[in-house]
Amino acid sequence: MEDNQTDKKNKSTISAERKNKKSWPLWEVFVRSKNGLEHRHFGSLHAPDADMALKNARDVYTRRSEGVSIWVVESKNIKASNPDDNGEMFEPAADKAYRHPTFYELPDDIEHM
Amino acid sequence: MMDKEQMKSLEDIFEAKIARDEKIEPKDWMPEKYRKTHIRQISQHAHSEIVGMLPEGNWISRAPSLRRKVALLAKVQDEAGHGLYLYSACETLGISREELYDQLHSGKAKYSSIFNYPTLTWADIGAIGWLVDGAAIINQVPLCSTSFGPYARAMVRVCKEESFHQRQGYEIMMTLCNGTQEQKDMAQDALNRWWWPSLMMLGPTDDESTHTEQSMKWKLKRKTNDELRQQFIDQTVPQADILGLKVPDDDLKYNTETGHYDFGEIDWEEFWQVVKGHGMCNKERISARKNAWDEGEWVRDAALAYADKQEEKQDVKEAVCY
Repeated sequence: MEDNQTDKKNKSTISAERKNKKSWPLWEVFVRSKNGLEHRHFGSLHAPDADMALKNARDVYTRRSEGVSIWVVESKNIKASNPDDNGEMFEPAADKAYRHPTFYELPDDIEHM
Repeated sequence: MMDKEQMKSLEDIFEAKIARDEKIEPKDWMPEKYRKTHIRQISQHAHSEIVGMLPEGNWISRAPSLRRKVALLAKVQDEAGHGLYLYSACETLGISREELYDQLHSGKAKYSSIFNYPTLTWADIGAIGWLVDGAAIINQVPLCSTSFGPYARAMVRVCKEESFHQRQGYEIMMTLCNGTQEQKDMAQDALNRWWWPSLMMLGPTDDESTHTEQSMKWKLKRKTNDELRQQFIDQTVPQADILGLKVPDDDLKYNTETGHYDFGEIDWEEFWQVVKGHGMCNKERISARKNAWDEGEWVRDAALAYADKQEEKQDVKEAVCY
């Protein structure tokens, strides 16, 4: 009886410990597919540190020579804009047609401009 | 708190966006049901990739040649990769990797029931590549244009890698069929055992499928289960003919009027039994998976402890330098 209870207690402490345990953080992976191109977001993965994240990224995202360079960034370090704020964030650009070349009127016979 | 009308208009905007073929990204507003359905489907898909490694992994050490062994290793490694792409996509919906694993290990989450069948001979590896990956490709190609961005992007990557899987399987079958009578019999036996489960892989019939309508609307599905199954049969039967194997269905017959193959009754009772956990290998698969996870725990812990220690060292170094 007593043994049983200790056993139960042990089990619940273990599962509580497991719950509190730190898990491997999330990393975002960016890959340059060849020189001359920018690094592009490829996906994410979990790894204990940056070196392992880099190695895992190699195995997960470049098994078929998809890249010549990899960046990994811990996801928590990325500050992202909120789509709910897209109005104030991006709409100010919408009424500024004068930022585009087509805004300006030129005579038809002008070439190379 | 949002009132009902506001909610309704948000939902209308959302549905209209999908109808226009715009993608939904993780931080966009989405109905709770959309989130839940996607977590369920993407995680099920991820689990299937992970459990799918087990029946094939069983044959890596017994592959008949080095060529076959490296190919099978690469295929199994791809499945692991596909599982990881999909878990990551799923996590963008706000569920953690730990929760996802827990759901798999506790039996709360399902995975494709095809992986609960045993791989008895080397020919099974051929049949799996040819039929199971073939059926998976038919399921997956339409998902490349599904509405949820991270899922669609993961699927593009998966589909690109999947076609080697099917070809390596077919090549194995081809080699066996051109071999001795014993080898040909082995190939026929594998086809006999994998044919019907492969047809079941494409899901219950349309009148039994509860999620189809909603999933079509969200572009989680572009064709119904029955349409996909017909497509699979139509393209696979001629491939069996080329191998000189007989598809184990006496009712199978090309219908010149419809341009499709008519086929026999599927034993759905078997399908539901396997889904419910009474397949040949359900217990074995989950226990192998749990075992791998539990026995890897000390490795994960050690890696984390090492990372913490390195970080501390770095902090001390920086403190000294300044």
